[in-house]
Amino acid sequence: MRLVLPNPGLDLRIPNYEDLNRMDKEEANDRPKWDNKAQYILTCVGFCIGLGNVWRFPYLCQSHGGGAFLIPYLILLVLEGMPLLLLEFAIGQRLRKGSVGVWRAISPYLTGIGIASMLVSFLVGLYYNTLIAWIMWYLFNSFQSPLPWSQCPLNDNGTEFVPECQQSSTIDYYFYRVTLNSSASIADSGGIHWPIVVCLLAAWTVVAICCIRGISTSGKAVYVTAILPYIVLGIFLIRGLTLKGALSGIKFLFTPDVDELVKPTTWLDAGAQVFYAFSIAWGGLISFSSYNPVHNNCMQDAVILTAITGFTSVYAATVTYSIIGFRATEKYDGCISENIMTLLNAFGLPEDNITASNYETELNHLNSSYPDTVLGLDIKTCDMHKLLSEGVEGTGLAFIVFTEAITKMPGSPAWSVLFFIMLLCLGISTLFGNIEGVVVPLKDLNMFPKKWPQEALTGTTCVVAFIISILFAQQSGLYWVTLFDNFAGSVPLLTIGLFELIAVVHIYGIDRFNEDLEFMIGHKPSIFWQISWRFISPLIILVILVFYLVTQAQEELTYLVWDPNSVEFPTLASVPYPSWINAVIFFLAGVPSLAVPVYALYRLIFSCCRKKKCIQKKNEPNL
Amino acid sequence: MFEKIFFLLCLSTALAEQLCRPEASDGYRVRLSIKTALGDEAYVWNDNEMFLFRATLAFAMRNQISGQEFEVSNIIVCDETPRVSFWFVVTSPQNTSQLVDKESVEEAVRKSRNRINSAFLLTDKTLEFIGIPPTLAAPVNPDTPPWLIVFGLVMGAVGAGIIVLLASSVVQKKRKNDEKPDDEEIDEETRVKTVENSAASEGIYNRSFSDDERFTHM
Repeated sequence: MRLVLPNPGLDLRIPNYEDLNRMDKEEANDRPKWDNKAQYILTCVGFCIGLGNVWRFPYLCQSHGGGAFLIPYLILLVLEGMPLLLLEFAIGQRLRKGSVGVWRAISPYLTGIGIASMLVSFLVGLYYNTLIAWIMWYLFNSFQSPLPWSQCPLNDNGTEFVPECQQSSTIDYYFYRVTLNSSASIADSGGIHWPIVVCLLAAWTVVAICCIRGISTSGKAVYVTAILPYIVLGIFLIRGLTLKGALSGIKFLFTPDVDELVKPTTWLDAGAQVFYAFSIAWGGLISFSSYNPVHNNCMQDAVILTAITGFTSVYAATVTYSIIGFRATEKYDGCISENIMTLLNAFGLPEDNITASNYETELNHLNSSYPDTVLGLDIKTCDMHKLLSEGVEGTGLAFIVFTEAITKMPGSPAWSVLFFIMLLCLGISTLFGNIEGVVVPLKDLNMFPKKWPQEALTGTTCVVAFIISILFAQQSGLYWVTLFDNFAGSVPLLTIGLFELIAVVHIYGIDRFNEDLEFMIGHKPSIFWQISWRFISPLIILVILVFYLVTQAQEELTYLVWDPNSVEFPTLASVPYPSWINAVIFFLAGVPSLAVPVYALYRLIFSCCRKKKCIQKKNEPNL
Repeated sequence: MFEKIFFLLCLSTALAEQLCRPEASDGYRVRLSIKTALGDEAYVWNDNEMFLFRATLAFAMRNQISGQEFEVSNIIVCDETPRVSFWFVVTSPQNTSQLVDKESVEEAVRKSRNRINSAFLLTDKTLEFIGIPPTLAAPVNPDTPPWLIVFGLVMGAVGAGIIVLLASSVVQKKRKNDEKPDDEEIDEETRVKTVENSAASEGIYNRSFSDDERFTHM
């Protein structure tokens, strides 16, 4: 499709090839630069590899057919993720501006894409840093033995544990009550929980100091934050494989169920995961690429980054499921021992009669001989499969499943510290890209006075973001974080990605883009890239977007709450959202998505009015 | 005479059996899980161990009710199972047909629980008195929460870093200000030259390049 919309004045807005070569040689301008290529690659890797790789991908992999899920994931990684990645890299490197600057240079009507990217980066950054704050809280509390989440507090009498803790578990109680002090609904704000405010302050100051001078400081920090997670994952892999039951977890993860490949939801989830995994449409990648030298081989970078992302996802999934397998085996063994004890106590048999190996046969024997007694004992069925699949997504994985597994390992405080430092590094390196995607557009939109140095810009952004994120320090903060996660980081990104593809292919012109790539890296992109930019990637994104909107519109919106008074306690209760939440959802998802057409419309009206005034002024002297 | 002794013995055992029944109102069930606690080093439960138990319990009762001298014979045991669980009742030393009430027995066991446990190398979990819940160990609560210490360290390091960075940027600016008067003269000359050159070549003046300078100037 060679449909290119008319775009007058494009050559006036962008530097031509001679200017680019001159800029490259002179290095005279004040635009920041990478110290070396490794810094750039590590920053991009850190940005792309985030918390989602550890706690979203393994869950998707296991719930959509295990090893079979890798097939749609890797296919869509190459067909959907890699072309968009190269697109953002190349356009940033060519036009040498941040996200707002790039889209404004292509066409002033498209500035909305940059504004949408900035809004999405800001909203996602708010709740992402709250997750970092929770991770910091757990990290700070890991420097003690025994770990605080392995014990229940006593009630006032000192005779029993607190009932909420007794009914659920020490880990659940610590997360929902001690850390978050969760209320029972999103409408019930309950007041500010000050430990979280303190941790939010720590999180925002750490991010501020790392990003304070843009990439000259964050580029140094990224050597630690991008490499440390891999080392820690390696340590956990070795530790995990030596634990009992690890292999059952890995087997559970990778057992392929080929029937899942036929279901469309599998492909949709794989597509969505690829999209979010690459942090596309946040604007940070465009900014980072614009600091590269002009003739940097961005095609090679895109392929390398894709390979690293795919490898890391599988690597993290293996480690995660080895630990999950260990925890499930421990719980299963505990369940069996408890049942054995109950049977021994009820029938007065000596301790050696029933062991784990003959448990099944003995149970059947007793059930057939004394069915009433056995029924009265209320023996729980120990289901390994259920234990392997519970609580393995999102915050539940990190703060409940993993923390429980760590309490069962010898030397728990050390493992806990390592684990939370790894999560901290994963999260902070993503936030570097986030802050870049917010500060640079604000600068380009002239929202700040020109005299302000870079430090002041980053500092102001972080202070404002900290004040707004106190919303998440309320007692209902957990539900707000989930809301933001579901709506701010889903539909807007898909729409922005789609607009980006359309803008570059049809408004900037795919031919011009190919020539630019030839100028920058020495050869035109092959037929694979042409087809994917023009047909495959936009089609995939459109399909995912449509399906997502259709399914969301049909479902009633519900969320999970921690309610000690509910019937299903300690399982989280599913409760419908209050009606005013629709306004919030519109703000989170609708405003960034609509920023593109709304801004284009505003610009159109504005320029029409200006033309009319110009014509009026031209006519006036004649009168 | 032998008949009398025989008769008395039978009577006392019969009485004892009547006093000690499972689910008697003033008794408790005890359950030991020796193999669970000690594994390979588990000892075999026999009459000698039972004697030790009765002696330990008599010791606990003596500690609880001062003045009364409980003997091993005051602790009556029945309903033994291979599980190693049995029922016991405590008779008063002054009147062997009267049982000591439940509350006193509970108090006594609670007080001396540690001693009873260690006599058998067991713990609260493996030597259970059904109906007497063990006093729970209070969770460890240090005086200064350790997380505040770590938090203080982190914030201190970050604060020091921010001050150092700001100070270095201020120093850098001062140096730039000193060098600026020299640079500005050189800039003026080059600008004049470039304007002359561009006027000669009549190329298109690329506005976006100069705009670029304004935006990204730090």
